[in-house]
Amino acid sequence: MTNVLELSHIRKSFGAELVIEDLSLVVPEHSATVLIGASGSGKSTLLRCINLLETIDDGEIRLDGQEISDPKINFDEVRRKLGMVFQSFNLFPHKTVLENITLSPIKVHGKSRDEANEQALQLLNRFGLADKADQYPDRLSGGQQQRVAIIRSLAVNPRLLLLDEVTSALDPVLVNEVLSAVRELKSDGMTMVLATHEMGFATQVADEVCFLESGRVLERGSAQEVLHNPQNPKTQEFLKRVHQAGRL
Amino acid sequence: MAERVNSAWSPSSRELERQKSRREIKRKQALIAIFSSVLVLGTLAVVLVTSPGWESVKKTFFDVGYGQEILPLVAKGLWINLQLTFIGGAAIGAIALGLALLRTTKSPTLTPFRFLATAYVDIFRGAPLILIILLVGFGVPALGLSGVSNNVIFLGTVAVVLTYSAYVAEVIRSGILSIHPSQRAAARSLGLTSGQTMRFVVLPQAIRRVVPPLLNDFVSLLKDTGLVSILGVTDAVRAAQINASRTFNYTPYVVAAILFLLITIPMTRYTDRAIRKRTDAQNSEGAI
Repeated sequence: MTNVLELSHIRKSFGAELVIEDLSLVVPEHSATVLIGASGSGKSTLLRCINLLETIDDGEIRLDGQEISDPKINFDEVRRKLGMVFQSFNLFPHKTVLENITLSPIKVHGKSRDEANEQALQLLNRFGLADKADQYPDRLSGGQQQRVAIIRSLAVNPRLLLLDEVTSALDPVLVNEVLSAVRELKSDGMTMVLATHEMGFATQVADEVCFLESGRVLERGSAQEVLHNPQNPKTQEFLKRVHQAGRL
Repeated sequence: MAERVNSAWSPSSRELERQKSRREIKRKQALIAIFSSVLVLGTLAVVLVTSPGWESVKKTFFDVGYGQEILPLVAKGLWINLQLTFIGGAAIGAIALGLALLRTTKSPTLTPFRFLATAYVDIFRGAPLILIILLVGFGVPALGLSGVSNNVIFLGTVAVVLTYSAYVAEVIRSGILSIHPSQRAAARSLGLTSGQTMRFVVLPQAIRRVVPPLLNDFVSLLKDTGLVSILGVTDAVRAAQINASRTFNYTPYVVAAILFLLITIPMTRYTDRAIRKRTDAQNSEGAI
């Protein structure tokens, strides 16, 4: 199996604060890698580094074997191959659902409007949002907005999808509709890296779970190993706290 | 989510009682408002009209017959102000947008232009408009350059455009900066270039946000076009001045003021409404 993403010895700091330290990770094609860990453990920063929204201080990021941490590469071209879904949706409020989804296919990928609309409507239909195509984002519930954001990132056929705590801004009832959308992507064979606090969901989709603390991977393995039989005392402690919060 | 129908409902007797009480309270409040208004405004009017100087005030400032006589002259002058406002306004919008984009760009090629734009804004925002009008209106013709118009209306417009472009550029720039970075991040991660991100994502939102303050500047612009009268342009202010100094009756100034107010008051009302709508919309954005 080919590796879509390879991270080796990533280091990232903001000023004096070291956020990621010597982090290595391999994401094979069609696999889902789940990052868990407390807030501030570096999950979001790592995803933003992969997406080149942040510049790493050291190490190497490779996408399909090409080094994308090289400042000489074209960032826009790399981002065309990556999809990113944010915790706070970040839909464009001045554009309708359909326009949100078709912006990149039309302007970046040079598709015709008809072609882009058709593909967008297909995706909307598939995720049960066909009737929302002409609505503005502020008329939608949080769960619907996040599903639109997922569709928006899918519409450019990304090689790798990055999901940054996509359910953290949602109330518990809405969480599930977003998670089942992600589950469906997983069964399609989409390669993804996710940061999440939903341990039950992690168990269902993860091919590999990484527990991050202070920017380092303290424990990694299958969901079964890391989430249900953790070896590292810090992982045990973290999962105990998650369990107490009723999230496992 | 299905909308719930609110038809098969009739208010309870308690609710009917409450509605009746509310109506009574409202009626009482309206009566009080009318009474106090009549009392205060009536007193003011009586004091004004019966004061010893009222007759001469009326004759000097509010001579209706004279006012009607010079109204066409002042109105013709106001037409100049309006032309200046609209032609100047269009030029200001275009130049200001360019300045705002230059000031927010990070492109290394445009670095010198970024500096120039910043210097331009600093100078023209900081210098009094009347000085710029004098400099351009009297200074440029003094150069005797060939190919440059010596038309005072043209030069006056140029001076106003120079200054207002700087004001408006800052308003647009503040709009651009007010768009949350997460919008940019979302656009960039969809593969949009920084130019595309500005054009399709940031700018449309920024402009919408600054429409109310821009309307404010538009009202100011209309008023400030009156300043070009110092160059000898026969606008509303100048027309009034000519007549007032001829007759030593100041009704023409009042006529000019009323004409300006007839345009600016509706505009400011509209602006206030636009601002309120914008604020309401922003407040409702908080709810998911």
